[in-house]
Amino acid sequence: MPVIAAIDWGLVLDQTIQAGLGVDAVVFALAAIGLNVHFGYSGLLNFGQVGFMAMGAYGVGLGITLWNLNPYLSLLVGVGFAIVLALLLGVPTLRLRADYLAIVTIAAAEIIRIIARSTAMRPITRGAEGLNEFAGDFYALNPFNPSISYGIGPLQYRGNFFFIILVGWIITLLTVLFVWQLMRSPWGRVVKAIREDEDAARALGKNAYWYKMQALIIGGVIGGVAGMVQVIAKATVQPDTFVPPITFFIWTVLILGGVGKTFSPVVGSIIFWGLLAFTENMIRQLVFEGFIPSTIMDANQVGQVRFMLVGIGLAMLMIFRPQGIFGSREEMALDDR
Amino acid sequence: MTAGRFPTPTLGRSVGVALLVLMTLLGLAAPALAQEGEAVTTTLTYRDPETNDRVPVSNVTISVSTEDGEVLGEGVTDEDGSILVPVEGAGRYVLTLDPDTLPEGVSLTDPDRTTATVEAEVGQTVRAIFGLTFGEGGPAREGITLRQVLQLTVEGLKLGLFLGMAAIGLSLIFGTTGLVNFAHGEMVTWGMLTAYFFNFFGLAGAFGFLAGLPPPLGGGVNLIIAALFAVVIGAGTGWLVDAWIFAPLRRRGTSLISQLVITIGLSILLRYIFLYIFGGNNRFFRDYTAQTAMKIGLVEITPKDLITAIISILVLVAVGVLLQGTKLGKAMRAVADNRDLAESSGIDVQRVIRLVWTFGGALAGLGGVFIGLSEQVSWLIGFRILLLIFAGVVLGGLGTAYGALVGSLLVGIGIQVSTLFIPIELKNVGALAVLALVLVIRPQGILGRAERVG
Amino acid sequence: MTADATTAPTSLDDVAHDPGVAKPDPILVVDDMRKRFGGVVAVDVDRVEIQRGAITALIGPNGAGKTTFFNLLTGFDRPDAGHSRLDGHSIDRKSPHTLARLGMVRTFQLTKALSKLTVIENMKLGAVGQRGEHFWQSLASPLWRGQERAIEERADALLARFKLDHMREEFAGTLSGGQRKLLEMARALMTEPRLVMLDEPMAGVNPALTQSLLEHVKNLRDEGITVVFVEHDMDVVRDISQWVVVMAEGRIIAEGPHESIGANRAVIDAYLGAHHDAPLDLAEEEEWLEEEA
Repeated sequence: MPVIAAIDWGLVLDQTIQAGLGVDAVVFALAAIGLNVHFGYSGLLNFGQVGFMAMGAYGVGLGITLWNLNPYLSLLVGVGFAIVLALLLGVPTLRLRADYLAIVTIAAAEIIRIIARSTAMRPITRGAEGLNEFAGDFYALNPFNPSISYGIGPLQYRGNFFFIILVGWIITLLTVLFVWQLMRSPWGRVVKAIREDEDAARALGKNAYWYKMQALIIGGVIGGVAGMVQVIAKATVQPDTFVPPITFFIWTVLILGGVGKTFSPVVGSIIFWGLLAFTENMIRQLVFEGFIPSTIMDANQVGQVRFMLVGIGLAMLMIFRPQGIFGSREEMALDDR
Repeated sequence: MTAGRFPTPTLGRSVGVALLVLMTLLGLAAPALAQEGEAVTTTLTYRDPETNDRVPVSNVTISVSTEDGEVLGEGVTDEDGSILVPVEGAGRYVLTLDPDTLPEGVSLTDPDRTTATVEAEVGQTVRAIFGLTFGEGGPAREGITLRQVLQLTVEGLKLGLFLGMAAIGLSLIFGTTGLVNFAHGEMVTWGMLTAYFFNFFGLAGAFGFLAGLPPPLGGGVNLIIAALFAVVIGAGTGWLVDAWIFAPLRRRGTSLISQLVITIGLSILLRYIFLYIFGGNNRFFRDYTAQTAMKIGLVEITPKDLITAIISILVLVAVGVLLQGTKLGKAMRAVADNRDLAESSGIDVQRVIRLVWTFGGALAGLGGVFIGLSEQVSWLIGFRILLLIFAGVVLGGLGTAYGALVGSLLVGIGIQVSTLFIPIELKNVGALAVLALVLVIRPQGILGRAERVG
Repeated sequence: MTADATTAPTSLDDVAHDPGVAKPDPILVVDDMRKRFGGVVAVDVDRVEIQRGAITALIGPNGAGKTTFFNLLTGFDRPDAGHSRLDGHSIDRKSPHTLARLGMVRTFQLTKALSKLTVIENMKLGAVGQRGEHFWQSLASPLWRGQERAIEERADALLARFKLDHMREEFAGTLSGGQRKLLEMARALMTEPRLVMLDEPMAGVNPALTQSLLEHVKNLRDEGITVVFVEHDMDVVRDISQWVVVMAEGRIIAEGPHESIGANRAVIDAYLGAHHDAPLDLAEEEEWLEEEA
């Protein structure tokens, strides 16, 4: 088969592994852990996780550029921003049907982006251009030599990048541990009960509203951390990186790994980015080698195909494997919602 | 297929057409349109307070720069008050007007607003707007006149009507099934794009061998006919989406939340299929694009906007009559009101839901055509207005048809009139903020019934 | 449990059989409670008192407002007007979880088993005042492990009493309908209540289990817990209740021991005027059958 021979599989594999363990995978794993706290454990329909990422990102960026704080304090600002957003979203909606939170979160995420890029906010957020002079403070903490590559096999990163990815994965693992501890505690039992039936939990003396608020805050802060890791790694806070499809990517990651399981967002993220890189590289090479005629697909359109794959993947997963790739059907069958 | 339960021939045919077009769009690339270079333009006019006519302002210096402040070009307006400056590449550009070059007696409506930022898409000429007033312009707040308020209210009504057509479908689908359809915006885009497709190419755009045959097979048709096709295809699509996707899911007992996530997946898939085939440019329909506004009293409106607004009202009244007067409409409302009760009183709930999807698809399609005509045809429009539709539906009361309409009208008017007070780029933010506020104060919406929430 | 099991409930023998009558030792007192939905009056109760330590049945034709009244009392719905007092303390506008912590716990007509929690987790959830339910403390297991163990022991004892111990580790979603009713009742007891409100505890339960459920309810009373329950089955009402409160069209139309209720004119009218789903006694059932024939 000439088609198979034409593809440089070594390259595809390298890029798949790089994507599967790269910055995007870290960021989406974290964001999906946050979403898992929301949806997986507490049943909160958050369709604006990207808004929490943006809040974290702008918090850390503004902490340094606007308020001249040190890096650690500016990270706290990012956390604070995420908490504020959670409160703003939660107060009006958490007493209502779950759908309302869905609508308000998706709207809020867009509001944040539009405001951040608006002319009126330009003196603070620098509009569409974004914040650029803040990552240096973080790279100054880097113990690795920026001009040397570190890593094993295909995973080779320059010092700064290696530092961020390493720190990112450590944060991710700590977050997984944190969520694991939370969910095996009586606190976790209450939020799971609220997910199953809010009224039953209330009848047993649990303040469902307050627990949902706490869950919204915790998942939102984890989303904010994801946003911080992303902008520090990319050394720029740009409003247009926080568009709604990102939230849906996060959902796909979560569902891929299996909703409501502690480690699943991490697995989901690695598989998601690996798969995307794999298919995209393959298609790109096929287009480049002329196996796919340019009348059908040009190089620009390869990126669009990625979104289509996510869309159809999300729908198909939900229809055929709602429990994720590793989940069990039995537990899913108990779902009587 | 279960088409036997719907013996109406038009419906059966529309399904066929929808299928054809869908397959075509998926399989074949639509003809590419010529791409021209990008440019920014503006036309300076002021309104003569005595004659109420628009008077062009010539010889005013306008400079164009990038967002970073790099000046790309400078020129003066011609005798029509117009200036066109070519720029390179899509992006945001800033036009700066030199107020000192304005003729005697003419000033900026808002003296502080000497710049206008525009965003040029690839191959697009984008228009910037400067507000000019005869006499001394004051700060924006003092510049509010009755005429402005009326004009914006009319524009808001128009927007609200278009939103309302999409919102009714969304609300009825929610009412009858409990499902929030995040792909509803894409149904609006779908109507817009099918109308565009028939308007320019006819079926030959998809099936090359049909070229040479008379329209609509071999070539484009007038937009009115294309719009009718779009509505029929929209109805068919709604029918199909329910028959193939959501009815089976309901039978399997898939949870509403899973179904909601599925609509999100569909919306992403469709949106990027639209982008893939249609491209990222904003385009116009072939007919009725450039029109001069007529003056009706204090208000200016183009004929196409007037006519589409009237058609919208007629369609919405027809929907009202259908819901209120016919057996089918009563069944729809009964199902939306209390599904179990409706089922036990002998209503075929699944059939009603199928029809709600069909109507919802048709209305969304028509709304899409009108929005495309009033603004531009774009792959992203559905997602952009989805949030506004949500705002309208929640404002009016989730699940009620009339509430959706009233809510949409309020959102439309609110958005347009708010531009008197807040920057235009933030106008949608205002609408969404109101949405959050409504949830705090009156979660059931304006026309919603107080539900036993917690 | 909360009260001494040997304390006999103060007798209701001397209490008049009138709607809204005063009781010797009321645990719950409701005054002038109203609720409208749209234009329809759902609940319009002038006064009702619930006797401590007794089993009170709340009956009435369909649509009489029993469940709405339940929802108003337990904080799941807000009355338009009215006051209620639990042990003399006002509980107006208190939320359900506050009421549960005050010792007033309810069950639901449609059983709410938490499907994806195991039976033992369902039970442990019921305990109030858990340290590990606070966010910061939940992060340090040593802070709550001891309490958790005590709760688990109590839960296991209750599971054994309700004969659910063999299902301990199963997901609650796998239980049968009757087992869910048992679980819900056992779980409610984990809150250590003073007053238990059961909304149709026997609905949809097979006859074999009904008897065991009835025994459990009687046991509650013997432990000194006050029970209020909504029921349609008059046999059940006769079997376990000391006092019956009858609602129709949102109002309380009669009160008294079950013997006095069957003869009450207002009650018969209410049932015959509405969709009666159960005849009040055998004689009446025969009478109806004759009329239909």
